[in-house]
Amino acid sequence: MNRMILWGFALMALPAQAAIIDISPGPDAEEMLQEALILAEPGDEIVLAAGTYQIRNQLSLAVDDVTLRGAGMDTSILSFKGQTGGSEGLIVTGDGAILKDFAVEDTKGDGIKSKGVDGIAMIRVRAEWTGGPDPENGAYGLYPVQSKNVLIDGAVAIAASDAGIYVGQSENIIVRNSRGEFNVAGLEIENSNYADVHDNHLENNTGGILIFDLPDLPQKNGHNVRVFDNVSINNNTGNFAPEGNIVAIVPAGTGMLIMATADVEVFGNRFENNDTVNVIFGSFVEETDDDDYITHPRRVHIHDNTFGPSGTNPDDSEFGNVIREIVGVPVPNIVYDGVMTLTQYLTFGMKRDERHSIHSNDHGGQEPYANADFMGYFGLTWLHGVTNDPTEHKGDLQPLPPARVVIRGKDVSKTEL
Amino acid sequence: MRFQTLLAACLALLATGASADVNDAAILAPKPPRLLSEFGFFEDMATMSATAALAPYDITSPLFTDHADKSRWIYAPGPAHYQTDSVLDFPVGSALIKTFHYGAQKVETRVLLHQEDGWTAYPYVWNDEGTEAKLKIAGKDLVIATQFGTINYRVPNFNQCKACHVDGAKDFRPIGPKVRNLNMGDQLARLVQHGVLDRTEPDAPVTPDYRDASLALDTRARAYLDANCGHCHAPGLPADTSGLYLNWEEDRAVHLGIDKPPVAAGRGSGGLHVDIAPGDPDGSILLYRMISEDPGVMMPEIGRSVIDTDGVDLIRAWIRSLD
Repeated sequence: MNRMILWGFALMALPAQAAIIDISPGPDAEEMLQEALILAEPGDEIVLAAGTYQIRNQLSLAVDDVTLRGAGMDTSILSFKGQTGGSEGLIVTGDGAILKDFAVEDTKGDGIKSKGVDGIAMIRVRAEWTGGPDPENGAYGLYPVQSKNVLIDGAVAIAASDAGIYVGQSENIIVRNSRGEFNVAGLEIENSNYADVHDNHLENNTGGILIFDLPDLPQKNGHNVRVFDNVSINNNTGNFAPEGNIVAIVPAGTGMLIMATADVEVFGNRFENNDTVNVIFGSFVEETDDDDYITHPRRVHIHDNTFGPSGTNPDDSEFGNVIREIVGVPVPNIVYDGVMTLTQYLTFGMKRDERHSIHSNDHGGQEPYANADFMGYFGLTWLHGVTNDPTEHKGDLQPLPPARVVIRGKDVSKTEL
Repeated sequence: MRFQTLLAACLALLATGASADVNDAAILAPKPPRLLSEFGFFEDMATMSATAALAPYDITSPLFTDHADKSRWIYAPGPAHYQTDSVLDFPVGSALIKTFHYGAQKVETRVLLHQEDGWTAYPYVWNDEGTEAKLKIAGKDLVIATQFGTINYRVPNFNQCKACHVDGAKDFRPIGPKVRNLNMGDQLARLVQHGVLDRTEPDAPVTPDYRDASLALDTRARAYLDANCGHCHAPGLPADTSGLYLNWEEDRAVHLGIDKPPVAAGRGSGGLHVDIAPGDPDGSILLYRMISEDPGVMMPEIGRSVIDTDGVDLIRAWIRSLD
């Protein structure tokens, strides 16, 4: 009897039969696909058969809990080569969206964007500009913004003119098992909280991994970002970002850049053959009048990473040249800008509860560390001096807790979706 | 009790002059009719003569949409309440109807319907004869010969409508019919008389018409930016991600774009460093994106395929005047 009642409840709780809507390539495919994306009911799956789809207008999904899947990131291809309308390839504003096994190519603007959603999964999707690095390419490949519960798993992003994988102003984020190549930034977490970035491969970008914070945005002062077990190597592609974008300042040959964020734990990664520097962290580099914005990083914890030869040929650009000039070549594995308030600089250094920690890294025989002392270099020249002792950072930092991501009620932190 | 409700409803219909011709069930139905004529908004489709129940209206400072003319009507089973904070609260069962046309050549009619669970919108595309319009959920690309030249006109799909017509809670909402946008000539009084607005006030606020050359440059420019950008670029709305807010109420220089570096513009920056460089229109990303027809660069992202040269002249003059 009890079981009967339970069954009854279970049936009542089920939504109406979820539908599967099949789409195949052809002259009407774009209209059919967009219509399906509009008319879908929660729980429905839209399935893209193998083939290349020529799409002229931005696609969009605003219904909750819809799955869009293809036959594979190299077989179901949405090509935006002839795009005439809308900027992104696909914009998602519905919660609980699952996107998997297809590709978005050659969009005029960003590849796939989600804005303001709770629950977005991009699994084995590819965003690529097929002509390779070009300032005319769209800014971001995979681009969740102002979203929470974000999963990017097994994805690929190639040749974005800003960041291949970019998560901005979001929280509860996992980016794993993914690849970024030939982008300006391979993978970027910006103004975001509670992110785990692990087991990704970043190669041949201008910069491999960027964790940073910008002023004057609705969400700022990001914190709690764990970056672990990634590989960031050979990121020596010349910076091709259009001027004006903050990422245009990143020197080619950067393994990782951390700027103005708090509680960043970097461990178990491999950095190698990044011609400017393996890892650099420091303060926001521009002027700002935003009083609520904290310009310097707090509690950066870099430990148990493996470093290979790097920093042998810093980029001939503003910041590349500054690094070359101040710390010399080869550039040590980890460079810190040494920027803090003038009072702190002249007295006891950073506030105790904001201090960083660098330890237990395998430096592969290179110079481990340099404090470039930008304040001395750019201002108080008579005080300028580079130091090379990572233990100058006296932070007492514990491991950060893992990020937790829940999509359609399922915790995907440990399991696949 | 039920009878009284019914009676009240009937009286309300009489009071507002709502016509039996309008298909109220179609406005409230979960699935939209396939043909525009099924709503019963027009007595004669070919001439677009609306039934008496529809109140025609204009707005003071309209959005540029590839030079299209716009004819607008309100259908409301009861009056909205006068208030100046937000869009008027037309009751459930209301419809906002807007036909885009080039002179006598009708292109599309968008209907916004106030249903039990909120507003929704559908685009209808007219046939070549201009006698009927068909539902196009996924929108449509059209090539139209106009006096402004050939225009690659995009009828937005449902989601593209929502890209602008959305509030902070992601609910669909009308944009235009605010008191300040409707306040022109005797229009507010006329809407009251028609029964779609409960009252008006002599000191009702007004959004300036940016086309009115007698107004101050700053006023005109801000009115233009509000009408053409502010429905997305405002706190809590779809384009707030970059922190550029162009709505009428914004007064912080950096959020208006003054010396503000771009955030996620990509090649939309055009190699320029700030949204608005005071005194230097050609050094301003805002203008660069207004004079582009490239979908990856241009602003607004949807709703136009050609450049609003009058708007560009206005914004150029305004940026030049800033210091």
